[in-house]
Amino acid sequence: MYAYIFRRILATIPVMLVVALFVFALLRLSPGDPAAVIAGEYASPADIARIRDKLGLDNPLHVQLGIWLWNVVRGDLGTSIFSGLPVIKLIGQRLEPTLALGATTMCIAVLLAVPMGILAAWTAGTWIDRLVMMFAVLGFSVPVFWLGFLFIYGFSVQLELLPVQGYVSFTQGFFPFVRHLLLPSLTLGMVYMALIARMTRASMLEVLREDYIRTAHAKGLKPHIVLLAHALKNASLPIITIIGVGVALLIGGVVVTESVFAIPGLGRLTVDAILHRDYPVIQGIILIFSGVYVLINLLVDMVYTVLDPRIRY
Amino acid sequence: MRNLRRGLGYSLRLLVLTCICLCVLTSPLLAAGNTLKMIITTDLKSIDPFWTTAYTTRNYGYMIYDTLFTLDANLQPQPQMVETWTVSPDGLMYTFALRPGLKWHDGAPVRAADCVASLQRWGKRDGMGQMLMEVTQALEVVDDRTFTLTLQEPYGLVLPSLAKISSYVPFMMPERVANTDAFTQIKEDSGSGPFKFVAEEWVPGNKVVFVRNPDYIPRSEPASYAAGGKAVKLDRIEWFYIPDQATAQAALAAGEMDFFEGVQLDMFPLLERHPDISMAFTDPMGNQGWLRLNHLHPPFNNVKARQAMLWMVNQADYMRAVAGNPKFWRTCGAYFMCGAPLETDAGATAFQTQNLEKAKQLMKEAGYDGRPIVLMDPTDSPSSHNASLVTAQLLRKIGVKVQVQAMDWGTLVSRRAEKKAPEEGGWHMFHTSWIAPDVFNPVVNMGVSGGCMDKAWFGWPCDERLEKLRSAWARATDPAEQKRLVTELQLAAYDSVPYVLTGQFMGLRAYRKNVKGVIAAPVPFFWSVSKE
Repeated sequence: MYAYIFRRILATIPVMLVVALFVFALLRLSPGDPAAVIAGEYASPADIARIRDKLGLDNPLHVQLGIWLWNVVRGDLGTSIFSGLPVIKLIGQRLEPTLALGATTMCIAVLLAVPMGILAAWTAGTWIDRLVMMFAVLGFSVPVFWLGFLFIYGFSVQLELLPVQGYVSFTQGFFPFVRHLLLPSLTLGMVYMALIARMTRASMLEVLREDYIRTAHAKGLKPHIVLLAHALKNASLPIITIIGVGVALLIGGVVVTESVFAIPGLGRLTVDAILHRDYPVIQGIILIFSGVYVLINLLVDMVYTVLDPRIRY
Repeated sequence: MRNLRRGLGYSLRLLVLTCICLCVLTSPLLAAGNTLKMIITTDLKSIDPFWTTAYTTRNYGYMIYDTLFTLDANLQPQPQMVETWTVSPDGLMYTFALRPGLKWHDGAPVRAADCVASLQRWGKRDGMGQMLMEVTQALEVVDDRTFTLTLQEPYGLVLPSLAKISSYVPFMMPERVANTDAFTQIKEDSGSGPFKFVAEEWVPGNKVVFVRNPDYIPRSEPASYAAGGKAVKLDRIEWFYIPDQATAQAALAAGEMDFFEGVQLDMFPLLERHPDISMAFTDPMGNQGWLRLNHLHPPFNNVKARQAMLWMVNQADYMRAVAGNPKFWRTCGAYFMCGAPLETDAGATAFQTQNLEKAKQLMKEAGYDGRPIVLMDPTDSPSSHNASLVTAQLLRKIGVKVQVQAMDWGTLVSRRAEKKAPEEGGWHMFHTSWIAPDVFNPVVNMGVSGGCMDKAWFGWPCDERLEKLRSAWARATDPAEQKRLVTELQLAAYDSVPYVLTGQFMGLRAYRKNVKGVIAAPVPFFWSVSKE
């Protein structure tokens, strides 16, 4: 098992290298020149050329790539072209809001969606089941930004119950922290609730048809024991998979939510960096995201072994 | 039955707990003291006001730096850091004496040497500064509070140059900072301005914090535009970057923010109805819209094609698309802004009536061969995007094929520097706009430069006449002569068409009604602002 984990961790290195190469190439090939953006409105060609030289953008691509990779190996993700701050510092400043948003979103989504899916499976064919499935369709269909604005208008502007925007760190108080994350988490969580509820329902339905479930009923076990202790546990593998996929998809999902609710997270940092062609920041963030994605997949595989003793690596 | 009672009891307890949590969660945070929270819609990316022309960096500069001179509400240069100045009888030597007691944020006194170094750094990046340095023979320190600027020839723009209000503003920095290469970003934030920057609380992309500078000594005159006494009444100012207009508007409406700079005009009806919000134009003159043409490649390398654009454009169409409500815009034929000191309608009246047939005829005479015109459309800049759509439609109406290339502003900024042919990745035209201080005289208005590929702004008009008139205007010391030269320059501009005017439209800001003392200016100045 440990050997497996070690091999998987080692395998992240070539994956991240491929991602690094791909992102580097894509950035250099796409239109836009950070030197021109920096040089500003009164830039002469000489100004732009001088800035390109200062930033090392005139070096051959393989030299730029080599310098960057060598720095990455030494733990230096570079410096923002615009602010002059280390990329690590910029990421560090923005990591907490994104992690907090992601964690609360998944918690809310799982805590609400799994029971919904179980309920839908248990009452399959009834109006409750249809209601849950309708919610699932809506959750996929409604754009996140529209939902966010709707929540802001309702809860923040009209009812004045919750803040419109911003993020307050957990260290500044639990309740302010939760107040600022409630609407964004609900907004972003809708999509994942829909996804997880549907998967839970489908997986539970499959398991509820099994002989051992009929046996459990026949033995006189209470319905909630059959559902939770027998059916859910066996239905959990696909649910965990979809939760894992959802966590990985969150990386993209937070961008819109962070923009709507003005949360200073990694998603907004990425968008700002792309719009300004801040190459070191973009490269650093994508590299970190790719590493996180790979580790999430590993974690999901590890959880399988806990849920299903038959699975061994 | 027992299960039902148990279930009901459980549900009741859960409901009570939820209500308590909601009550606690929804109680608002206590407001901080004398702090103003402002929404910015463009992030502070750099803290070097000579590194980038971005307006947010310029605004940051006004918070922590000061200037030797600046403009008052009549757009006249007024002393700020300078206490007295004299000009030699031949007009060639300016002697400046600084106000006593000026200090940098680290407590060190402001010296003349700091000012000389700052001017030299500024003069390497700024167009007006470069022109000033071209005619400057020497900048010399006399003593700690006095320095001289010696000219090679009479020059009428010494004080207007030092009072330049928009990017690049000639902010004064400590000598050690100003000695940084002009193409390398400074790392320090030590100024002598009315506020101090709190670097440890700066989160790029989120928050910028300033606190009052207790050592700042304001002038005694009342505040007027950027000039006069900068008597600070706030203890702390926080800028929050909220790029989404709807969220920003909601945050202001909910009272989470006090000030919203850069309100889009379509937000006006929503904010106007709010009982606790005031709205104001940023500047009575507003912004000037441009349709910039590429003079290097056909068809716009032919003056007839450029003149065709003058007949094609109906400013009212553009302004309705860009600004909507007529109280937010006006048509204007003055290259140096309507409402500004150098306003003139010379040459403009000829083009105030749209004539599409004439435009079509002129394109034919210019030898237009039917190839698509590449129009760069920055979709993330609402005013330029809307104007691009109008242009595309009008071009089609006069029989011109157009290829609208949608892109973000960052891409446009890079593409416009390309001198290649449009079919090889270059361009024919794009829209942009400027605030009044960036275009209200022939020197700051880079658009009327006819300096060809080496000196002109993107689009590269090549017209010696324009350059001679700009240079003559800069050197003229008699106001009547300056006015005459402006008239001649505008006539030449209407003949040569470096760019087409698409109208003048306002900028908006909004703030809570308990915010007082807001100065109407294109830059958000926070001295004299208070919160009741």
